[in-house]
Amino acid sequence: MSDVALSSAFTAQESAAIRGDFAILSRTVRGGKPLVYLDSGATSHKPRQVLDAERAFYERHNSAVHRGAHQLAEEATDAFESARATVAGFIGAQTREVVFTKNATEALNLVAYSFSNASAAGAMDGVDPALAARFVLGAGDEIVVTEMEHHANLLPWQELARRSGATLRWIGVTDEGRLDLRDLDTVITDRTKVVAFTHVSNVLGTINPVAAIVDRARAVGALTVLDACQSVPHLAVDVVDLGVDFLAFSGHKMLGPMGVGVLWGRYDLLAAMPPFLTGGSMIEVVRMEGSTYADPPQRFEAGVPMAAQAVGLAAACDYLTVLGMPRVSAHEHALTEALLAGLAQRPWVRVIGPADGQDRSGAVAFVVEGVHPHDVGQILDDAGVAVRVGHHCAWPLHRRMKVMATTRASFAAYNTTAEVDALLTALDRVPAVFGVAV
Amino acid sequence: MDLYQEIILDHAKRPRHAGLREPFDAQVHHVNPTCGDECTLRVQLLGQGRSAVVADLSYDALGCSISTASASILADEVIGHSVDEALGSFEAMRSMLTSRGADPGDEEQIGDGVAFAGVSKYPARVKCALLGWTAFTDALVQAGVDITATTTSNTTTSNSTTSNTTTGSTTTGNTITNNVEIS
Repeated sequence: MSDVALSSAFTAQESAAIRGDFAILSRTVRGGKPLVYLDSGATSHKPRQVLDAERAFYERHNSAVHRGAHQLAEEATDAFESARATVAGFIGAQTREVVFTKNATEALNLVAYSFSNASAAGAMDGVDPALAARFVLGAGDEIVVTEMEHHANLLPWQELARRSGATLRWIGVTDEGRLDLRDLDTVITDRTKVVAFTHVSNVLGTINPVAAIVDRARAVGALTVLDACQSVPHLAVDVVDLGVDFLAFSGHKMLGPMGVGVLWGRYDLLAAMPPFLTGGSMIEVVRMEGSTYADPPQRFEAGVPMAAQAVGLAAACDYLTVLGMPRVSAHEHALTEALLAGLAQRPWVRVIGPADGQDRSGAVAFVVEGVHPHDVGQILDDAGVAVRVGHHCAWPLHRRMKVMATTRASFAAYNTTAEVDALLTALDRVPAVFGVAV
Repeated sequence: MDLYQEIILDHAKRPRHAGLREPFDAQVHHVNPTCGDECTLRVQLLGQGRSAVVADLSYDALGCSISTASASILADEVIGHSVDEALGSFEAMRSMLTSRGADPGDEEQIGDGVAFAGVSKYPARVKCALLGWTAFTDALVQAGVDITATTTSNTTTSNSTTSNTTTGSTTTGNTITNNVEIS
């Protein structure tokens, strides 16, 4: 976080230039009101540079990647593989460790299904037995997640536990909205084979202490899987520094296109893993009696890949790199502090999650006492302010925080303090409409 | 905005006939999985089939102002009426809510329900307004009423609503009754 502390939020001039790259931000909604988009945690908007990159791919190089001997096929393959290198560079990874998936959900399922598939007869033939054993799960083994996971990093592990007979355990959450690490050593034990957890909560904005969990997982020989959907778009992320074994994120939340996500994994682990989806592209030799598979990352990319989206995602990485991730973080941090300060002045609003900006990213969930979040969101929408309402695919977390649902504002680099003010002004209408005492 | 009519806010603040009462013929529990809203609803019928009278409808609704008010108006509109009339109100309510603003609603049939006409312009909220009504038709089915007999609509009710069904006071387990066809 020291980079963030040294960096500063974007100036008004810089902000105006950034916003100019996002055509959608200049449209109006609900009868001529300027759009105030505070739902980037669900999906971000895409700058012209990303859309141009996709269009250029289709207009100049469109072809099926890794197939054909013609010039377009070569160019498309180059564009796709070059996109992989850019994405790898963005997270401090080796290029061959980056697998393109359709989204983060698929990336997390890929890892979970690798554990299942590793138990099949012959699946780990030729793999070092000690390494192979790390992927084989059964009764008596344990899978650890946290109570603050998005359903995408919970259900794949629940299902893996059900299929394998392993037991699912979880790290709890404190009333403040941070992981309760007091019983870390009793939850993660030598029975634990895998620990899957989120880097940043999509609801609370909490930035989790990755090192503490990784240290404990390593001590017991468990693999670690990090859901980085809410961190890669907002913080400088380096997979080597984090020390995890796998990391997943989606393109559409980081100014990139929909339909592309990333699984990063340590190469020796990827090389040991059996395939998840099978079909064209991912093979070595195919015979009627059986087949062998390509090395990673191709082993995990069955079918014609989403080359245009990968190219768009690389353009998004380039865009964020030019802005500078430390400055993106600093900017979003300033917006978060401004929103938390504004909400703190309204006693009828309760923030769900850490009340201060310490180890906190740009997602702020709150409730207006006595008013359902759906109704809060509707009043904000009427003023042109787009937020998310509901349980944000984190139902167990809401149950833990003793709320049915929340209203969530979330930021990206293109947001401004004027938009925070617009949210607060619109929010001030809520008590009057629903007869809540202020 | 025309969504939050005074009538709706009033029903949401002071829901009529709220709370679960005995006796009852059937109880259902419906959930809106996108927002977590829940509605537990009981019906008590007097008589048989579609000419039976809805002697009581009691409910426990946990949700937004739209879903709570809708359950309240449902109870107002169907208690003391025949199942046939109640299903007519359901059809009128659903037709208005799914009309995208084209159908202003018939006050004769749905009473205060016409206040929900504005909801039909907000597709994301239609499910909120229908939660209690869908639970009601499911409860009728659980109570043994053939609700397919004379209604004319051929559309499908809320298609991703899960329900826990209880008949009388005997729980029948986690029955999933998606796609309750009313055709």
